[in-house]
Amino acid sequence: MTQTGPRRLRSSALDDDSQPQPQPQPQPSSSTTGMRLIVPLQGIVQGRGGLILGSVIPCAMFYFLQFYLKRRRSPPASNPPSPGNLTDLSRSASRSNLLLPRGRPHVSSRVSSIAKANDSPYYIGLDKATSDPYDRLCNPGGVVQLGLAENRLTLDLIENWITNNLNESILGGGLSVSGIVTYQPHDGMTELKLAMAGLMSQVVGKTVTFNPSQIVLTSGATPAIEILCFALADQGNTFLIPAPYYPGFDRDMKWRTGVELIPVHCRSSDNFTLSIPVLEQAFNQARKRGQKVKGILLSNPSNPVGNLMTRETLFNLLDFAREKNIHIISDEIFSGSTFGDEEFVSMAEIIDSEDADKDRVHIVYGLSKDLSLPGFRVGVIYSYNENVLTVARKMTRFSSVSAPTQRLVTSMLSDATFIKSYTERNRERLRAMYDLFVDGLKELGIGCTKSSGGLYCWCDMSGLIRPYNEKGELDLWDKLLDVGKINITPGSSCHCIEPGWFRCCFTTLDENDIPVVMERIRLVVEACKSPA
Amino acid sequence: MAIDIVQKPSVGLSKIALSQTHGENSPYFAGWKAYDENPYHEKHNPSGVIQMGLAENQVSFDLLEEFLENNQEATSWGKNVSGFKENALFQDYHGLLAFRKAMASFMEQVRGGKSKFNPERVVLTAGATAANELLTFILANPGDALLVPTPYYPGFDRDLRWRTGVEIVPIHCESSNNFQITPEALEFAYDHASSKNMKVRGVLITNPSNPLGATIQRKVLEQILDFVTRKNIHLISDEIYSGSVFHSDEFVSIAEILESRNYKDSERCHIVYSLSKDLGLPGFRVGTVYSYNDQVVTTARRMSSFTLISSQTQFLLASMLSNKEFTEKYIKINRERLHKRYETIVEGLKKAGIECLKGNAGLFCWMNLSPYLKEATRESELEIWKTIMEEVKLNISPGSSCRCSEAGWFRVCFANMSEETLEVALRRLHEFMDRRRNGQVLSME
Repeated sequence: MTQTGPRRLRSSALDDDSQPQPQPQPQPSSSTTGMRLIVPLQGIVQGRGGLILGSVIPCAMFYFLQFYLKRRRSPPASNPPSPGNLTDLSRSASRSNLLLPRGRPHVSSRVSSIAKANDSPYYIGLDKATSDPYDRLCNPGGVVQLGLAENRLTLDLIENWITNNLNESILGGGLSVSGIVTYQPHDGMTELKLAMAGLMSQVVGKTVTFNPSQIVLTSGATPAIEILCFALADQGNTFLIPAPYYPGFDRDMKWRTGVELIPVHCRSSDNFTLSIPVLEQAFNQARKRGQKVKGILLSNPSNPVGNLMTRETLFNLLDFAREKNIHIISDEIFSGSTFGDEEFVSMAEIIDSEDADKDRVHIVYGLSKDLSLPGFRVGVIYSYNENVLTVARKMTRFSSVSAPTQRLVTSMLSDATFIKSYTERNRERLRAMYDLFVDGLKELGIGCTKSSGGLYCWCDMSGLIRPYNEKGELDLWDKLLDVGKINITPGSSCHCIEPGWFRCCFTTLDENDIPVVMERIRLVVEACKSPA
Repeated sequence: MAIDIVQKPSVGLSKIALSQTHGENSPYFAGWKAYDENPYHEKHNPSGVIQMGLAENQVSFDLLEEFLENNQEATSWGKNVSGFKENALFQDYHGLLAFRKAMASFMEQVRGGKSKFNPERVVLTAGATAANELLTFILANPGDALLVPTPYYPGFDRDLRWRTGVEIVPIHCESSNNFQITPEALEFAYDHASSKNMKVRGVLITNPSNPLGATIQRKVLEQILDFVTRKNIHLISDEIYSGSVFHSDEFVSIAEILESRNYKDSERCHIVYSLSKDLGLPGFRVGTVYSYNDQVVTTARRMSSFTLISSQTQFLLASMLSNKEFTEKYIKINRERLHKRYETIVEGLKKAGIECLKGNAGLFCWMNLSPYLKEATRESELEIWKTIMEEVKLNISPGSSCRCSEAGWFRVCFANMSEETLEVALRRLHEFMDRRRNGQVLSME
């Protein structure tokens, strides 16, 4: 839906650009109108003051004609109701492209799709849950937030560490700001890179040693992904991305870079794992369409499904990338949030065992999920390509990590004992909550894919939707949000090709919330099953 | 037996990655390298290169430290359980309300209460660098142009152009009228851009100016505002040095002008601000876009996802900046100290026979070495710059990096060092100029 937005506005932006230079436009009615104007005008031109009037009047008529035609061509508002007056704003944006002196100044063609109301269920749901948040004590009737992959299960451990080691100091240690106020290297302090390398190694199970000089620190994983897109692809180039995928990628990867995403659909029959033949097919189709594929973006553990990539698949992917001479971006932001019996294999481990060809591999990491510190904005680009590292370092000037945060996080990550015990307990608590949640759903007749990572489970509610398509899915989502007061993410927001799948994040709950949540889901499930 | 070596095609990078628009191969940055390799230190390396090319404010650092020592509750999340947890989870691109309010109020204070700022229009970014790039992404398409008066901050070539694909068309300013922007220069730049088929989307001014170290006069601001209104384009006013004006009544913000016009046509105006210069906190990465245009505010807010300020930093600064007693005291003393430094350097340069542009703000002075150039060319300017770097061991910024249309001007920063170091630098320059006068043949007309 977001795709029609910019196209519509782009055509009116082109019309604006056509003002100084006439461009052919579909105006069958205007030619006869034009003649009706020109003939009497000739009379005026040949009279006194005619030269001026003869120039001014046709110009004025031309402008007003454009204005009139633009009004007729402006699309009717098709945005669903949303907070604020954004619908008005986006409609008037098309009028702002006129060169009439009283018009609004032009904004870029990106703006229309960005400024308009969040019409994706992913964002609508997030907004609703934020504006009326469930709280067991203070707001028991509020919306339960199961649409945000935020980990609240282990924040107490982090908080205790801060109390015991930093005396709750926000400065990250002591009362002095000396050493953190001045300009720092944009890509992060060396001490933090060292500490981060240690964390990443711990988190993947110590199977890899990460080299601090291959680390570039960014203000979150969001800019890390965007920087890689800027560095690896030109506007209009594409990335292949296994679907279903994290809804945020549509924004993070495309908005400013102009890069396109081509989903590679995974199916329930394969437990939503990536199939190389399907990947190959997607690549070939792209090529036929004249699209230049620059790389593959994977999430491992995957979001929203929670799968771990097998060693074999990773090797095959590397072969594929090598054969097509493209890049691989492996988003491993959930690598510390695994809780199953499967071992997590990082792309770094695969690369380590290969001799050559590391230049095409880039890993993204961050502290938002594994360490529950999304607010602190700490992300990582880990690349084996020296040129990419050089470019990325320069681009971090737009997205650096704040110095007090660097200091605090360095202290914490350097405490290896703490990090080890934290990682283990995090896994235990995730496992426990996952089991409770999935069992609860099972009792309601809702199955989930077997997943081993992430802060969510991938649930099959396809039996409850009617009709069996996106509309049916969104109806159910709507019921769950408005009636059940539960925000979960529908698979269509994640570009899932099979309707009826939903992502439920369970890490914002504690044990006592589970029965409440299950009860609410049960009511909606019953309502769906009843013949009326 | 011949061995065939198969050259594997290396995997490509983007045009942006391969372009030189990041500008880091220019003299501006070459000087930094020289400093990095041989940095001055009072005790350990007294003959090293003194960094006078970095506009960083270290003159009021003690005031910050004093505040933090005396206000420990401001630097703590508190014993309250939810304080840290909520802060750690907070990633809303609206930013902490308390911090936005504190920023708006600080911006008002810096302008002596002459303008009002609404916290709802404050969009937070990780530094002014990001704010300028963000606005460029929002206001212009690749291939469009922004008009920027020369001389300008060398970083703009990268910040406004690199990833955005937008062009900078200079508005040429001349020493004959103290480098002020004139309506003729504005028109000329606009027409020049149009003649190259570039759509001009806005004018970006820095007020107070970097590198001139001077505020833009009210009359000129009015003319610029009239110009952008007439052309129906935007105006970005980078007011990052607004707190470093030596006398607060000499600074007129575009906000003040808009207020006096009852905000008529204000939706084309946007202000960029930051705490990097005025509060001396560049490491914290705190910047803001303040826009009078609702659509721009909404878009900028969402786009700020790529450049959010750490919630920890927002929390800390919210306390600091809401303390009116502290901020008033800081702003006042900071101005006085900068003024004093400015007078020291200008006097010192005068004694060495060097004139500067009359400035009233900023962390630098705009020095005129044009009388000493062999020829009025960029090459001569770079020659003298190189000599100063190698012989005098001072890193200063040549005007050509700032796209100055006249050769021989240099930006010299004075706030990123101690008073003693400044004296050392001035002494070195003095001796150098003496040597030139007495020893070698002076390059004069």
